[in-house]
Amino acid sequence: MSGLMARKLGMTRVFNEDGRVIPVTVLEAAPNHVVQVKTIEHDGYAAVQVGFVPQKESRLNKPRKGHLAKAGVPPVSRLAEVGKPGGDVKPGDTITVSIFSPGEKVDVTGLCKGKGFQGVVKRHGFSGGDETHGCKSHRVPGSIGQNATPGRVWKNKKMPGQTGNTRVTVKNLEIVEVDGEKNLVVLKGAVPGSRNGYLLIRKHRKSGGNN
Amino acid sequence: MDQLMRSVESSQIKTHLPDFRPGDTVKVNFQVKEGDKVRIQVFQGVVISRRGSGTGETFMVRKISGGVGVERVFPVHSPKIDSLEIVRAGKVRRAKLFYLREKTGKASRIKEKRSFQS
Repeated sequence: MSGLMARKLGMTRVFNEDGRVIPVTVLEAAPNHVVQVKTIEHDGYAAVQVGFVPQKESRLNKPRKGHLAKAGVPPVSRLAEVGKPGGDVKPGDTITVSIFSPGEKVDVTGLCKGKGFQGVVKRHGFSGGDETHGCKSHRVPGSIGQNATPGRVWKNKKMPGQTGNTRVTVKNLEIVEVDGEKNLVVLKGAVPGSRNGYLLIRKHRKSGGNN
Repeated sequence: MDQLMRSVESSQIKTHLPDFRPGDTVKVNFQVKEGDKVRIQVFQGVVISRRGSGTGETFMVRKISGGVGVERVFPVHSPKIDSLEIVRAGKVRRAKLFYLREKTGKASRIKEKRSFQS
């Protein structure tokens, strides 16, 4: 299996064998249930749909209940698809953190923190104007185009607007530790979103994953 | 902090270190790697601050070396700290002794803490 869903617990730091400090993120991934196995013959592509986050059955709508009942898995609130690199899986199986091993590289996808409506300095990293020396434009973008040719602003011009609260994938994060007993995965570096946010961990493509 | 987060850190937390506080004079035996040999370097001075919690906890040691003040920050739980001993327990009224930076000679002395003997 090439991935599963997890909850972000937070960041801390650990020492490696050289005594160096490495910043890590701790993720909790309770066993995910396989809800559906998609095949090339039937669906046009191969994937595994997994369910996570136990939910009261009364909270689910009828189509979701039926979909889960077909696989024979307990009620869950979230579904996601991960690639299927082969191997024998069938609906009703569980996927645990044991699919990962320390040293492996993974990609983590999640919803990043929303920053609201932001200017170009924060949103696109513009340098802004001088703060002193008589300069009156401190955080403005400056010119946004030419004159009569083209007579309009180019599409995709970097402008102020909503920042964050988008789906972000952080690639190539190293797994530092896997705790099968407590269902924990410890990754080197930061992952998108706030604590208690839900994330999708997938094996990195270049290191043999198929997400 | 979350119980599960603590469990990740717990394997790295040192429990055998003595209870040292700001004001104490300590001797830190620190491992230094030279080529492929590991040597112990001693850094002795006054603990002037201790901050943070969990694996991120650090302390700052100040000493006067060749007439120049030298401060060094060590992570408390670093595996590179071979051992640590309290040379002299100090009696101070602050948690952070940064005022020592402006003091020299006699003014930078710290009273010794006397523990009550039963």
